[in-house]
Amino acid sequence: MFTRSSFVAGLRATIPIGLSIFAYGTVFGVLAGRAGLSLAETSLMSGLVFAGSSQFAALTLWGAPLPIATIIATTFVVNLRHLLLGAAIQPYLAEVPLGRRLTAMFFLNDESWALTMGELEAGNADGAFLLGSGIVSFIAWSSASVVGRLAGSIVRDPERLGLDFAFIAVMLALLAGMWRGRSDLAPWLVAALASLVIARLVPGNWYILAGALAGSLWKAARHVEA
Amino acid sequence: MALVTYATRIGGLWLLRLLPDSPRLQVWLRAIPGAVLVAIVAPTVLSGSPANLAAAAATVAIARLSGNTLLALIGGVACAAALRALGG
Repeated sequence: MFTRSSFVAGLRATIPIGLSIFAYGTVFGVLAGRAGLSLAETSLMSGLVFAGSSQFAALTLWGAPLPIATIIATTFVVNLRHLLLGAAIQPYLAEVPLGRRLTAMFFLNDESWALTMGELEAGNADGAFLLGSGIVSFIAWSSASVVGRLAGSIVRDPERLGLDFAFIAVMLALLAGMWRGRSDLAPWLVAALASLVIARLVPGNWYILAGALAGSLWKAARHVEA
Repeated sequence: MALVTYATRIGGLWLLRLLPDSPRLQVWLRAIPGAVLVAIVAPTVLSGSPANLAAAAATVAIARLSGNTLLALIGGVACAAALRALGG
């Protein structure tokens, strides 16, 4: 199923989150300017890559000569979590024509995915929700990158405004709605513990994949076959 | 960057074909969303910064009590900004 009504519901539901994405999108734009990216480079990266954490990681590597291979490898590793997101949403997209599936998946991002999974599990929407939600996220992210890049000289310290916290706030707000009761407690604790430990020990973003796998596999391992 | 990112986006759709379908697989897939979000936020929330912890608590509390995502986001970010201004 891939209905217009779900598409529109996805657009609407993502507008509040879009504001938050816009907030830390401007942070990206500001930092991109400081790392030496032109306005064109900043907007191209946000428009084509459209994956915040890997773009922030690329900024830390940016320099002359450009370490292209390192940037591409880092991007891949940081975005490996998408494999998990795709695997989780796949059962709901199985009937959707390939072209639409591939289009919707271009717009896959953490926020839209979390929002969409909630709606799919509740039976309120179909796969088109992801496309609608993803497009709003995309517009917010790419326009904010441009605004932040242009405003770079004005906003000296985006962290003081708490804008970098907007990303974490989105995740927490979505997480608050995902709590299904005590059976979530142990896997979530395992996920938190694993991600904390890996974040301390391993540089980069491996902690996301590690925590997500540890928590979800914990729950699967404890599952008793009926 | 764009190509490898898109590869990760669509790769998950095919990942499942490699695994045998079972109730345990379904349990695993359903446990992924919460675990991903917890793993993303845990290092920042529990970084030892009282401002981050308090702002996180405010975000979750507003989200649970009001059910309004936007309100929770504004509250959380405002809380982070205010506490950092106070040197938290």
